[in-house]
Amino acid sequence: MALPDKLVAEFDELVKNYPQRRAALIPALHRCQEELGGWISPGVMEDCAEYFQLEPVEVYGVASFYPMFHLKPVGEHVVGVCHNISCDLRGAEDILERACSATETEVGRTSENGRFTLEVLECQGACASAPMMVVDGVFHENLEPDDVTRILREVGER
Amino acid sequence: MSHETFLLDRIGSEDSHTLDGYKRAGGYEALAGILKDGRDPADLIEEFKASGLRGRGGAGFPTGLKFSFMPDPAKDKRTRYIALNADESEPGTCKDRVLLREDPHGVLEGCLIAAYTMRVQAVYIYVRGEYRVPYQRMAEAIAEARKAGLVGKEVLGSDFTCEVYMHKGAGAYICGEETGLMESLEGKRGHPRPKPPFPAGFGLWGQPTTVNNVETLFNLPFIVNRGADWFRTMGTEKSTGNFLCGISGHVNKPGVYEVPFGITARTILEDYAGGVWKGRELKAWFPGGSSTGLVPASFIDTAMDHDSIKGIGSMFGTAAMIMLDETACVVRSSHVIARFYDHESCGQCSQCREGTQWLSQIFERIEAGQGRPQDVELLVELSHGMTPGKTICALSDAAAIPTLSVVKHFRAEIEAHVEHAGCPLRAPAEATA
Ligand SMILES: Cc1cc2nc3c(=O)[nH]c(=O)nc-3n(C[C@H](O)[C@H](O)[C@H](O)COP(=O)(O)O)c2cc1C
Ligand code: SF4
Ligand code: FES
Repeated sequence: MALPDKLVAEFDELVKNYPQRRAALIPALHRCQEELGGWISPGVMEDCAEYFQLEPVEVYGVASFYPMFHLKPVGEHVVGVCHNISCDLRGAEDILERACSATETEVGRTSENGRFTLEVLECQGACASAPMMVVDGVFHENLEPDDVTRILREVGER
Repeated sequence: MSHETFLLDRIGSEDSHTLDGYKRAGGYEALAGILKDGRDPADLIEEFKASGLRGRGGAGFPTGLKFSFMPDPAKDKRTRYIALNADESEPGTCKDRVLLREDPHGVLEGCLIAAYTMRVQAVYIYVRGEYRVPYQRMAEAIAEARKAGLVGKEVLGSDFTCEVYMHKGAGAYICGEETGLMESLEGKRGHPRPKPPFPAGFGLWGQPTTVNNVETLFNLPFIVNRGADWFRTMGTEKSTGNFLCGISGHVNKPGVYEVPFGITARTILEDYAGGVWKGRELKAWFPGGSSTGLVPASFIDTAMDHDSIKGIGSMFGTAAMIMLDETACVVRSSHVIARFYDHESCGQCSQCREGTQWLSQIFERIEAGQGRPQDVELLVELSHGMTPGKTICALSDAAAIPTLSVVKHFRAEIEAHVEHAGCPLRAPAEATA
């Protein structure tokens, strides 16, 4: 496997922003995850290692450090519910419960139909509009439990 | 609640995030003035020192003084950097997001003025990966500014040249710590570096670097335009100007409000945030994010400034007030927070790696009704092993300090959990179920 030309061209631009090539690794991993199925496979890590002139284990070491990177396959949609303090005080537990039933799965898992992966998140910087959840990178704030059901139904129908 | 405001005044118009909107509100006049007059950077440092501006990223360090730590470029020819800390991930903190999203040119002008002052060649804006819209807005602002000759070679025809780059993080709290941020920016795990050496001498790629918070640098254009004396008319002697207070939790109107230092916490709670929600009483509050000691409601008349909050045994932190009403369980809240630090510890220091895990587990079992009589003492002992200054960075302290404060102020409630084998605030049937 090799990285798509489009990504390689992007990376060639990206590395120009830094005095050392490696600095573009994390932004590059983001682009891989966005373009190549929502997760970073061992093959992609090897390709990145080659591109950045690193050992694969170094790329793995970095990718595994950062919670935003998925190192296992995910469902079509990734749903995250913040369970940190400001959200917890305003009912994050109920939001999470609804998210579990709407996605038909539990935290850390992907639903059987492959539609949804559900995770819990630490503070997302939306504390003054808590509780909140993130669906495919988009913030949904000031949630009531019914909003969760509605939003995830709409997302699932897409 | 009438006091002078400036930080958020531009926000509200539909195009506040564009170059047009920003220029209409007087944007880039401060930078243009500096370049036209060929201001001496040393003078600017004096101006920032005189303003009394302190960092808004948590530690409250004097900004002008920090700028002065950068080596003299006549003697040290290395490339110099600014890393703008837009990693904002201290629980409760949600203010920088507003500036990045609604007023990115204000953020950028602040960076450029700081770059001119420290004669820096490149600025990296490290935005937490989750901030998609703020990232986009910031990137668009840089592109617009570059087209207008405000970023890049010979800014506005002067001899000042400065590049500004966007950089995306990937969701690790520890990358907000300044040396963790630099490691992360270099494409590594966000492992904080032992200090010394300090960033001004050995920062990004070993070059002189200054790390600043978004809101800190956002203040600079205002100080340049209106002067240090004007800035000092707001706030207190030692904490000058206004700050952005994000208030969250059990209040009627959570939000991000601009207030002067020295305002009481009660005024923010009642006049801005609409008071405690559901007609309930306040029980406790964090003055400045989850890393600052929890204090009881009785301290609500304390002034919000660095010294006053220190005086009640807590910290001003990021001014992220988190409010707990009378129904809140401090054991549960402590568990939620301890779990966070356990999750975020980078693992380099044993006191922190083990300590955060233990704290989380102990609070978890007390909350679940399985606490042991000696657990409260264990929490205290563990925390003393984690703070102060025993580890590479302050995350360990950030986990230990709220623990010590919760034991100090709410020991009886924790002990009651142990005694009743569950939360005494819940109905007995529920607690024993
Ligand atoms: C664990 C930890 C996390 C931090 N997170 C942030 C952050 O997200 N944003 C920030 O500006 N400062 C954060 N800081 C503070 C930075 O280390 C640094 O002091 C700050 O960015 C300096 O900017 P200032 O002088 O403008 O306040 C954190 C510190 C620690 C110990
Ligand atoms: S104190 Fe904790 S987070 Fe900081 S360097 Fe040590 S282990 Fe890492
Ligand atoms: S606590 Fe949930 S967004 Fe901050």
